[in-house]
Amino acid sequence: MKTTRLLAATALTVATGFSATAVSAEELTLCWAAWDPANALVELSKDFEAKTGNTMKFEFVPWPNFADRMLNELNSGGKLCDLLIGDSQWIGGGAENGHYVKLNDFFEKEGISMDDFLPATVYAYSTWPKGTPNYYALPAMGDANGWFYRKDWFEKPEIQAAYKEATGQDLREPQTQEELLQIAQFFQGREIDGKKRYGAAIFTERGSEGITMGALGSLFTFGFKFENTPGKYDMEGAVNGPDSVKGLEFYKTLYKTATPPGYTDAYMEQSLDAFKSGQVALGMNWFAFFPGLYSDPDIGGDKIGFFPNPPQKVAGSMLGGQGISVVSYSDKKDAALEYIKWFAQPEIQAQWWKLGGYSCRKSVLLDPSFKDSQPFAADFLVAMGDVKDFWQEPAYAELLLAMQKRLHDYVVADKGTAQEALDKLVEDWTETFQDEGKL
Amino acid sequence: MSASPIDRVAKATPPKLARKIRGLSDRTIAWIFVAPSIFLLLAVNIFPLIWTINLSFTNFKANRPGREIKYIGLRNYERILGDSDIWLTMQATAHFLFWTIALQVLIGFTLAWLINRKFKGNDLWTTIIVLPMMLSPAVVGNFWTFLYQPQIGLFNYVVSFFSGVDPSSFSMLGEVSLAPWAIVIVDTWMWTPFVMLICLAGLRSIPDYIYEAAAIDRASKWRQFWTITLPMVLPFLMLAVLFRGIENFKMFDLVVQLTGGGPGSTTELTSINLKREAFEKWRTGYASAYAIILFVTVFGLASIYVKALNKVKER
Amino acid sequence: MSGYSITDPTRRQKWIAGTLVVLYALITIMPLLWIFMTGFKSPVDAIAYPPKVTFQPTLEGYVNLFTTRTRVAPEQLAALPPPETWYEAIVRNRNMVIAGPSRYGQRFLNSVIIGFGSTFLSVFLGTLAAYAFSRFRVPLKDDLLFFILSTRMMPPIAVAIPIFLMFRTLGLSDTHLGMILLYTAVNISLAVWLLKGFIDEIPREYEEAALIDGYTRFQAFYKVVLPQAATGIASTAIFCLVFAWNEYAFAVLLTSGNAQTAPPFIPTIIGVGGQDWPAVAAGATIFLLPVMIFTILLRKHLLRGITFGAVRK
Repeated sequence: MKTTRLLAATALTVATGFSATAVSAEELTLCWAAWDPANALVELSKDFEAKTGNTMKFEFVPWPNFADRMLNELNSGGKLCDLLIGDSQWIGGGAENGHYVKLNDFFEKEGISMDDFLPATVYAYSTWPKGTPNYYALPAMGDANGWFYRKDWFEKPEIQAAYKEATGQDLREPQTQEELLQIAQFFQGREIDGKKRYGAAIFTERGSEGITMGALGSLFTFGFKFENTPGKYDMEGAVNGPDSVKGLEFYKTLYKTATPPGYTDAYMEQSLDAFKSGQVALGMNWFAFFPGLYSDPDIGGDKIGFFPNPPQKVAGSMLGGQGISVVSYSDKKDAALEYIKWFAQPEIQAQWWKLGGYSCRKSVLLDPSFKDSQPFAADFLVAMGDVKDFWQEPAYAELLLAMQKRLHDYVVADKGTAQEALDKLVEDWTETFQDEGKL
Repeated sequence: MSASPIDRVAKATPPKLARKIRGLSDRTIAWIFVAPSIFLLLAVNIFPLIWTINLSFTNFKANRPGREIKYIGLRNYERILGDSDIWLTMQATAHFLFWTIALQVLIGFTLAWLINRKFKGNDLWTTIIVLPMMLSPAVVGNFWTFLYQPQIGLFNYVVSFFSGVDPSSFSMLGEVSLAPWAIVIVDTWMWTPFVMLICLAGLRSIPDYIYEAAAIDRASKWRQFWTITLPMVLPFLMLAVLFRGIENFKMFDLVVQLTGGGPGSTTELTSINLKREAFEKWRTGYASAYAIILFVTVFGLASIYVKALNKVKER
Repeated sequence: MSGYSITDPTRRQKWIAGTLVVLYALITIMPLLWIFMTGFKSPVDAIAYPPKVTFQPTLEGYVNLFTTRTRVAPEQLAALPPPETWYEAIVRNRNMVIAGPSRYGQRFLNSVIIGFGSTFLSVFLGTLAAYAFSRFRVPLKDDLLFFILSTRMMPPIAVAIPIFLMFRTLGLSDTHLGMILLYTAVNISLAVWLLKGFIDEIPREYEEAALIDGYTRFQAFYKVVLPQAATGIASTAIFCLVFAWNEYAFAVLLTSGNAQTAPPFIPTIIGVGGQDWPAVAAGATIFLLPVMIFTILLRKHLLRGITFGAVRK
């Protein structure tokens, strides 16, 4: 009796094990990170469902696990995702390892022109090898790392006076990295409205990509480069040159002297939390979150201001954002392509921006009304003007994890000097590129 | 025995077939019974092990199907053994192993000794103490990060309540000096009951008459403890240490959830480091060599230990 | 045994020992109680300083666990018809509406399917092998037994490398079948060792009598031995189930959606901005509670099982 029931249970198990892999033809699964824009995309996609009769399923993974899980999924040839909005750095691997469907023929057939999209986004999100007209994704979500601050605090006369007294300067949106640090240090430990506040919420996360994304923002502006000559992988002196060392030391100073206590493993969510709970005066995060911050009932509206990553020696912002790709293991590629075709339309792209997604289409971004459509729209254009990305090589994960380790060891765990950290990083990267046969 | 359905079936079976079934020698039946298990273990353990050994001599990367696979001899092994960062993760693992085992043996033995006083309701309280080790380390570990949060976390609050330290002034998981202890504390919380149960079994295996004889000889309680209790429980204790040692050498889920190896690489135990190499960097060949080195290490240490254990048992 | 014995602890000793053990037990269940309590807290109470022991209980954490929600503007919210259900009302209080069910239910079901499927298989195969090892002269028996045990020494991550490649080739990645087979293989060593102990304890005379009565070996096995070993099989099954239920390393590496179990999923439950601790606690409570109840109800058999490998000489 018991045995038969158990047998039945196993039979059921085996049956579901098989049926789970066979899905009906018109149900598309789109995979992306779980964040504000993803909710906007769900809303936007209702139009696609209505127009084509296909239904959309979404698999949104929290950022700290996103890369890990999605790359694992691609590498195991999984059929979970038909469409994937994958991070910009995955494009090299996606293209070379055959995870993504090449879209050139499709674009041609459907009359989708990459000239209709902002060149920086096409370069970053769609092409591999970089800059060649080989497209593996449609630019879906433009993004860069930017800053926001408590405008209401900045406008308090007593705070302005105290800042003037402490630094001899006026309190304003920082124009350089040094000024940013000075302002953050000014707010660190200051009492405002009866509560102790801190300077800036920055990225220090270890597990995925956090500290690299945060620190590169500073490193770029101090003159950090990946290579002396683009395409030559000659990193000695570029990655670990004096400018880069200064930039990394700067980021450590920012971390040590101007962040909330216990802020040792923080990425997007922690930065948002710290800012929304009124802990910090300044926050670093992706533009993707700015619509949500602006509409926040507690700290949004008049109380918040935005600015792009300030320059130091040069201007530079860390690129975020993603393109949308069709996964080559999917059984429903045609329907997936149909989705991309629908998504690329100018009016859908306009609606996308309205709902809080950063369209990359020129018709949206270069529209004269764009700059004033949101308080951060103009800053977004500035940031997108000088964005730089991490390596987009097929071996990007190795390169990224090496940098995560070296940076976290130096900045948070106080191991060694900035010069040593970057020297070791060059060693790690050299080894990787040697394995790749590129050096 | 009365005629059961089986008897009837047995009787109704044609003699020829019956002879055939009965004719299956015990040896055949033994093989039929053992074979599926052995097959499964071969397929999921031994075959993969051989595959891993093979991969460990290559530059294979599982995320790069198009890349040419080359045999590179012992290069992977040389790289791993010559990498100072890997020795640091070994150190972190050793620290974790030593302190979890030391604390668990100390607390576990004490608890077992106390429970063996046979006070009223001891089995219910024993069960409550056992609860943590039955639970999912990943789920519980994840929740411990909440308990460890500066300021709002229960752990920091309790510490500050008893010591007067500001609960927002320290971060168990974020500070280089505290994180290795944070993982030791949670593991000890979780696995002390295991050591306790084994010790309890050991204590209960000591027959009363030995103590009675000792009492007649007027041996002090202290002396009885050192000359009877401890030596008789020692084999059990050593076995507990072996199990915990092997388990904690494999430790992954709990620590991944707690610190993810951070801050920096402070709590990056070998399993976490191996996971990064194998499933984040996808250096499959390199990671395979790493896995083999770990396996040989555990296997070697465990064998030496088991020899020592057998000596203790013989005494 | 009644009367005076010189080895019995005195009442005073018992009292001190009891107090200390109870004290330790109370400390040890604090984190578990805290999970349970946090599940019924509002998000604000959950992160209050100092930590709150008394609070207004709410089911918001549970509602958040089982739903996905989207934020809507207050004016839009006002335009909506009044909430039809109590859970809709809770969500509306936060300026949100329910967008659909969350994935928790599905992940939980995966845990049930994979847990019970692998437990059944490993106990089934394990009983056969254990019987053979216990009763027959199997060539290289000790070596085989040691081999079976030694498979547990490999770190799961190390095993996962080739398993990952194997699953990819066979199309078993992220399937229930793949995970069931894998967990069965991991559990079988434990099952064989535990069950061999239980079967060793059953006197051979029973079967021999049955064989003389004209039973075949098979009949003797399932008519005589199995019923005798029922308790042992049940407690072995619980151990296998607990392992499969709690397993994380393989699950996180080899599943992504279809067959993902609850342990890798629960830590990724997030709300709007940061981890939604009441929802995480609610998910953890639902997931941990069955094991706790099992442990308390079946404590006699379980405690024996845990130490079994150690006690056997």
